[in-house]
Amino acid sequence: MTMKLDKFCLVAAIAALLALIFPLSGIDGDTGKQVAFVGDIPGLAIAMALCVIAGAAFTWLGVRSVKAGIAILAVAVFGCWQAVSVLYDHGVAGYAGLGFWLFILSLWAFVWRGIDVIANFHSLDRGKQHLANVIVPVAFGVWLLFVWEVVVSGFGVPQVLLPPPSMIGERFVNSTDILASDFHQTFVKAVLSGYVMGCGSAFIVAIAVDRVPFLKRGLLPLGNMVSALPIIGVAPIMVMWFGFDWQSKAAVIVIMTFFPMLVNTVTGLNAAGKLEKDLMATYASGYWSTLFRLRLPAAMPFVFNALKINSTLALIGAIVAEFFGTPIVGMGFRISTEVGRMNIDMVWAEIALAALAGTAFYGAVAYIERKATSWHPSFRVRRH
Amino acid sequence: MTLKQVVNNVAEMPASKKAVVDIKKLSLTFQTADGPVYALSDVDLTIEEGDFVSFIGPSGCGKTTLLRVIADLEQATGGDISINGVSPHEAREQRAYGYVFQAPALLPWRSIERNVTLPLEIMEISKEERIKRAQEALKLVELNGFEKKFPWQLSGGMQQRASIARALSFDADLLLMDEPFGALDEIVRDHLNEQLLKLWARTNKTVAFVTHSIPEAVYLSTKIVVMSPRPGRIIDVIETDFPKDRTLDIRETPEFLEIAHRVREGLRAGHSNDD
Ligand SMILES: Nc1ncnc2c1ncn2[C@@H]1O[C@H](COP(=O)(O)OP(=O)(O)OP(=O)(O)O)[C@@H](O)[C@H]1O
Ligand SMILES: [Mg+2]
Repeated sequence: MTMKLDKFCLVAAIAALLALIFPLSGIDGDTGKQVAFVGDIPGLAIAMALCVIAGAAFTWLGVRSVKAGIAILAVAVFGCWQAVSVLYDHGVAGYAGLGFWLFILSLWAFVWRGIDVIANFHSLDRGKQHLANVIVPVAFGVWLLFVWEVVVSGFGVPQVLLPPPSMIGERFVNSTDILASDFHQTFVKAVLSGYVMGCGSAFIVAIAVDRVPFLKRGLLPLGNMVSALPIIGVAPIMVMWFGFDWQSKAAVIVIMTFFPMLVNTVTGLNAAGKLEKDLMATYASGYWSTLFRLRLPAAMPFVFNALKINSTLALIGAIVAEFFGTPIVGMGFRISTEVGRMNIDMVWAEIALAALAGTAFYGAVAYIERKATSWHPSFRVRRH
Repeated sequence: MTLKQVVNNVAEMPASKKAVVDIKKLSLTFQTADGPVYALSDVDLTIEEGDFVSFIGPSGCGKTTLLRVIADLEQATGGDISINGVSPHEAREQRAYGYVFQAPALLPWRSIERNVTLPLEIMEISKEERIKRAQEALKLVELNGFEKKFPWQLSGGMQQRASIARALSFDADLLLMDEPFGALDEIVRDHLNEQLLKLWARTNKTVAFVTHSIPEAVYLSTKIVVMSPRPGRIIDVIETDFPKDRTLDIRETPEFLEIAHRVREGLRAGHSNDD
């Protein structure tokens, strides 16, 4: 034999075949019978059979094109749908047996192979390339959610420990007004204002520090000390100083974001090369002219680095700070009170909201960075 | 055209025209961790208005350092230097010279056009005028059509040409050029040499030009300064009197070959010094 077998598809085919043989579910304690049989569920039987056939076929043919990758992903999507429906419509949740897990293994092998093929896709067509670049992380994320769902449901993990994503999603959708007001309080009021004040003031101080040598010696170590202050020590003090509302959270964020911005900007202001500085000197360019035309543009990659770091720090700071006193609204407030009431799904909904907000915030900063520093070697694409 | 004996020693020449660069007993020692580096020692040189002076010599002999002292980017540790009768610092403040560095030094966030207009912007020249001058300068180095490109989209030689356009854009009377054509192929180099000569003949600019190429030095110059390293010093100054409107054909003449020979001898002497 000269052809190389596709190992992932081989695993998928064998696992699906075994899944048809081994029992799908465990035994119900009350009736003493198995909860469900593959034979009674045509959808699942078809999905498993499809996995065997597709697995065997692609083991032989290999998954060489994006079309083939999409084909096995389609088989996997159908399988995932059937697996979820078996869990909830046929009572397998909490009773999943070896057959069920073998089926999940088969799906895993398909998804892995499919994503792998699409991730290696290169095209000069920017639209297609862009689509491929989007599909990969989305498919990966959806797959992780699926695994979370079936593991938690299949093993019957108690909801207090970890609710399945479907439950979190449901809670999320049903509590949009609470989430919206929490988001407004924590993100729009506290995070954005604290972020702008913290980053803005640090930027201006950095320029002053750069200009005045004794400030560099005196202020940088002091800033270092401030940034080392524990947030749980600072937050209650800020609440005493600035009250319960968002102002105290913004103050915590200012303290957290100030130093990363200061250090990065000071470093960035020294990033311009000697040759470029000499060039400006030959034009007898003054301090401000050189600052705006050479040193600040050269510092931009460093500044954006700090802006990105701070975008995540700010959200964490605001949420934690709300544990130390807040009006009865806010993401941190909600998490601390709902944990007390054992409403774990609400806590997770807030966590999901924080993750979404944090990702979007970071993404927005990263997008602006791309636009503003497209000249930087890490972004540019040689195109004539 | 009668090209008689064109080789003369500078010391025998009477100083008639206005001195643009006047250097007397100049020396520069870099204090480094490994001890002092004598980059320039006892340099005497006068560059007169309208001169085209080439500096030639082995790597490390102080050509760049000398240009940088003239440009006030480096401070001499001994001797006297004046530019247009004032100190290099004052000359720099008056924007008396355009400097082409050994590397292009284009700002990566600016398009080629905005790189060329950078000095004009600093000198607060109006926008229309800036664009107009950038067009002219880019045309001179044959980069018209590349205004909107960014430096990283151009080849190394094109970047170097853009940096030349930048130095030409504000029309300084003194041009300091540090191996401007080092990165270019022979044909483009010949072509730019011709362009530079034409510009020089037309505008009566004074040019100080560092090169490693003997034919380039002889073809372009009115005065060739041969340097030698450790310590960096001038070992020969050769004057030529080819007409200002010379063409590439002069490279075939016996006079040309004779001067080239003398430059080569000077370089050899400098080299044999070190080992
Ligand atoms: N900033 C500096 N600090 C210490 N030494 C220096 C410095 N700049 C130049 N030198 C030394 O001075 C000497 C002359 O350097 P320079 O750059 O002027 O040479 P060059 O003639 O331009 O050489 P090349 O043809 O390679 O460009 C060298 O020995 C170099 O190591
Ligand atoms: Mg040099």
